[in-house]
Amino acid sequence: MTLAMTASDGWTVARRNIFRMARNPEVVIWSTIQPIMFIVLFVYVFDSIPTPGISYEEYVMAGIFAQTVMFNSALTGVGLAEDIQKGIIDRFRALPMARSAVLIGRTTSDLVNGLAQLAVMVVVGLAVGWRTSSSPLEVLAGLGLILLIAYVFSWISAAVGLSVKSVEVANSAGFVWMFPVTFVSNVFVDINQLTPAVRNIAIWNPMSAFVAAIRELFGNTSEEIPQPDVWPLQNPVLASFLWLALILAIFVPLSVRQYKKASSR
Amino acid sequence: MTDTIVAHELVKTYGDVRALDSLSLSVPEGTVLGLLGPNGAGKTTALRVLTTLLRPDSGSAAVAGIDVLADPDRAREVIGVSGQNAAVDEYLTGFENLDMIGRLYHLGRSKSRDRAHALLEQFQLSEAADRPAKTWSGGMRRRLDLAGALVAEPPVLFLDEPTTGLDPRSRTDLWEVIGGLVQRGTTLLLTTQYLEEAERLADDIMVIDRGTAIAQGTADELKAKVGGERLEIIARDEDDVATIVSTVSNLGSDKPDVGGRRICLPVVTGPTALMEALRRLDDKGIELNDVGLRRPTLDDVFLSLTGHAAEESEPTPTRP
Repeated sequence: MTLAMTASDGWTVARRNIFRMARNPEVVIWSTIQPIMFIVLFVYVFDSIPTPGISYEEYVMAGIFAQTVMFNSALTGVGLAEDIQKGIIDRFRALPMARSAVLIGRTTSDLVNGLAQLAVMVVVGLAVGWRTSSSPLEVLAGLGLILLIAYVFSWISAAVGLSVKSVEVANSAGFVWMFPVTFVSNVFVDINQLTPAVRNIAIWNPMSAFVAAIRELFGNTSEEIPQPDVWPLQNPVLASFLWLALILAIFVPLSVRQYKKASSR
Repeated sequence: MTDTIVAHELVKTYGDVRALDSLSLSVPEGTVLGLLGPNGAGKTTALRVLTTLLRPDSGSAAVAGIDVLADPDRAREVIGVSGQNAAVDEYLTGFENLDMIGRLYHLGRSKSRDRAHALLEQFQLSEAADRPAKTWSGGMRRRLDLAGALVAEPPVLFLDEPTTGLDPRSRTDLWEVIGGLVQRGTTLLLTTQYLEEAERLADDIMVIDRGTAIAQGTADELKAKVGGERLEIIARDEDDVATIVSTVSNLGSDKPDVGGRRICLPVVTGPTALMEALRRLDDKGIELNDVGLRRPTLDDVFLSLTGHAAEESEPTPTRP
């Protein structure tokens, strides 16, 4: 199987998923309503959370961006579990197509959804008072990083969706690990104000690096909120790329392996 | 004649369940083999191995001379598969479903489009071609799924219970379509729970139970084995059952099966046996509620070959 063939098969599958989204727009609509809720809730309910030197809106938006695309990545696994249940994966697996194409297609088409979410979040964020204070190029890099996080998390979700036995399990198993990952981090609060035990975990949480990187690229940092003195948070952009590469290196082969074993019964 | 589909001593176990217990089969080029058996007999498991979807614990399999286990990618190029539960994408239109499969067979964009249109025409689905498949009837979806298996005009075709769950009309339609394919020389392996379906479509029938072949032959050979038609008599009075049995027993090719007021007797030539039975019973003045001839079913085949009824012999294995 050549690389060109893999790309072409992946595109054929992505195209199919995009057709599906267009016929079933509720999925995209509701997945954009969810981040609106989060932005409004956090900005107005937790406004009193102390973020010295920066407004809470500006502080929390980076966290909400990362959290939203991570939550949304659960859809990848749910979609694959659904395809297994309906026998579509069996059909694909009996075709002479690239083994990874179904996964490449799915993760790519789910990025369309991620893009829609990102656009809505940017607009709503600006409406509630979030502003960037970096160069346009850095802002673009920040948006690109968010999409990249969305894409990479889709592969974790794919491995989960292909490993569980039903759509329902894919739905709950796909989400459950995300809560500690978002809460034990710098997503919603200043990492320095966490209790020492929690803080020690949070500073090594890849999510903290992602959010620190987004804050840095958007210029949503505050001199009064120093980054803990650990390498990933001192070099959050580079650390983020390393984390993302590591996740792909683990979950792409794992997902392909699960795909080869997947079966409708 | 060469064998286009070959399976040799396939074994697949799920825990304690032997889904395939040293199953061997071969299908000569251009012929149709029907795998007949109840749910859980191992039909689908065998098909999954032959279509590269499942690796057996041991044994070997080949399609069109290609080793399925050693070279699954090449095997996939020569096979078409249509599964048990119409694997069409319900949010895609009929055309989009087939066009996508063509592209994934690497037919190229324009050839995929042409094949999709031609198949929709051939399967009388053109009118609905641009509607999402979820608005289609079950029979139409099944035809679309079958069409999907034919996109690349594969020389080897696998159909897993192609008509299970369809209404009689759709079933007959689908039989006609499959019959047409076979005339064009496609080698076909199909699984079914219906003796009638196997008889209608297959040159050769293999009866499988608990993962292993228990009989093989033409429909006529199998029916001869199970005694052709059944003479079924329902007595009006339960007290008459013993008399009826003793009166008609010697007309049968095998012992009668009695349950309540129902007597079921395998017979070789149905009409003769029916008339003779009625004459004898009338002479004795025995009144009946019902009497008739019926063709043997999978149940009869099973009862006579295995001594147990064709119920689900093992639970269907879940995903490994």
